[in-house]
Amino acid sequence: MISFILIKLITCTVVFAISLGVAAYSTLWERKFSALLQDRVGPDRAGPKGLLQPLADGGKMFFKEEIIPNVSNKFLFILGPSLFMITALLTGSVIPWGKDFITSSGKHISFQITDINIGVLYILGVASIGVYGIMIGGWASNNKYALLGAIRASSQMISYEIAMGISIISLVISTGGSLSLHDIVEQQDAGVANVVWQPLGFLIFFICALAETNRAPFDLPECESELVGGYHTEYSSMKLGLYLFAEYINMFVSSAIMSAFYFGGYNFPFAQELYHALGLQEGSIWISLIGFGAFFTKIVIFICVFMWIRWTLPRFRYDQLMNLGWKILLPLSLFNLALTVVIEFIRGNIHF
Amino acid sequence: MKLTNRSKVVSNKVMSTSEKIYLPEIIKGMLITGSHLFKRRATVKYPDELRPMAPVYRGQHVLKRDENGAERCTSCGMCAVACPAEAITMESGERKKGEEHLYREEKYARIYEINMLRCIFCGLCEEACPKEAIFLTDRLVDVEFEREDFIYGKDKLVEKIDKRIDVTKRQTIEVAEFKKIPGTKHNTLWNGKKIKGH
Repeated sequence: MISFILIKLITCTVVFAISLGVAAYSTLWERKFSALLQDRVGPDRAGPKGLLQPLADGGKMFFKEEIIPNVSNKFLFILGPSLFMITALLTGSVIPWGKDFITSSGKHISFQITDINIGVLYILGVASIGVYGIMIGGWASNNKYALLGAIRASSQMISYEIAMGISIISLVISTGGSLSLHDIVEQQDAGVANVVWQPLGFLIFFICALAETNRAPFDLPECESELVGGYHTEYSSMKLGLYLFAEYINMFVSSAIMSAFYFGGYNFPFAQELYHALGLQEGSIWISLIGFGAFFTKIVIFICVFMWIRWTLPRFRYDQLMNLGWKILLPLSLFNLALTVVIEFIRGNIHF
Repeated sequence: MKLTNRSKVVSNKVMSTSEKIYLPEIIKGMLITGSHLFKRRATVKYPDELRPMAPVYRGQHVLKRDENGAERCTSCGMCAVACPAEAITMESGERKKGEEHLYREEKYARIYEINMLRCIFCGLCEEACPKEAIFLTDRLVDVEFEREDFIYGKDKLVEKIDKRIDVTKRQTIEVAEFKKIPGTKHNTLWNGKKIKGH
């Protein structure tokens, strides 16, 4: 029992640290990547090659003056960013980061904080709590811009969650009906990633993930050109930092979910052959670590694509956003669901 | 009627199918931004890296001393007259006995000021100077907080005895020859006419 708690504690800490670390360096990479796309150099002053920039930014955020507006609701004002951060971090707990490995005493140790059998549902649930962080923060600021941003955020996230949910349903149907993320990833072990069977579903999921994480071109909640700063107009110091940071954690987690759902997670093509060539036994820690490396590479690629899109596309207008969500993505995801059912019936995976 | 070549007729063109799907266009756009990943950066990291400077760059002025360390300027005022920006002012003083090592001729500039905010660094003062006293150098004018600090007096303009400033690049033979000739108009050089020696 003690060893179980200890192991889970260690996994929790490691996942927490990795999420924060990746988010911190995403902020740097975002700036660097945008600079590269725009023929600039980007931050390179803090530390070697600018690698200490996230530390400098974080330190700055902590030491800035903390302003809570007089007219705001103080409790909600503080609750907003913390809730946003908590929900961003919570999602990482069901993601299988690597293959289980077996210790010399025959114990299975999982690279996942918890493998709940309704993991997909859990992700959807936590993701939809995320909107409360923005909504509460925007409301408590008692500021019109913040409120407008919060309203935009909530309507956008709710609209896109539907299409996202339906595309996940089609994914679950085509992967055999399990809602556990561990099963979904393990089922792609054979070498065929789900994206082969669900290309349209992946596309819809990807677009919805962009919208859910409030990334450009769906960054209407915080669009600087119209709403000053959107829902975090009134925030300063580390509370603003939490909002900005949570956005990157969200991006990291949704990249992880996408690679787990559609690109095989820690599996990669010719994995078995590679392990065989290296002479690794089933359940070796090296298999887990190589798998984790593959998973992480996929996540980094996804984060880069997120950023690439951000620095290419202009922002949607609000009516275009709603059109896309309700008139295009929702029917398309329903079509995809019907198509999946038909295909899976023909493949003989569904029985009536 | 078409007034200019730059006018554009506004079109309400209906989008084609591939444009309506947006995805091909988005991918095209992403390829354009992606291609910039591999392009050369235009940035020069200034304090670490300097842009190449012309050898005859016209920067902050220097008032030269002669080989004995005496100031060459005789406060004739030619530079102030030549200056199109009216940046130069001076006051003359008379050399006293025992100051021969400080000033080369009987008259010298007691005060010599250049307003660096007015100066346009055209180099006409240098051309006008008959005594080879003022030169523009490749040094940059420092940044200051107050406007008054940009009025450079003799303390900043006259070169230090132990720290001479090399202006040989600007002191070409042609220029030196030209300055030897009394009464030559400057624009004869500009017109490209040959200077006939006396």
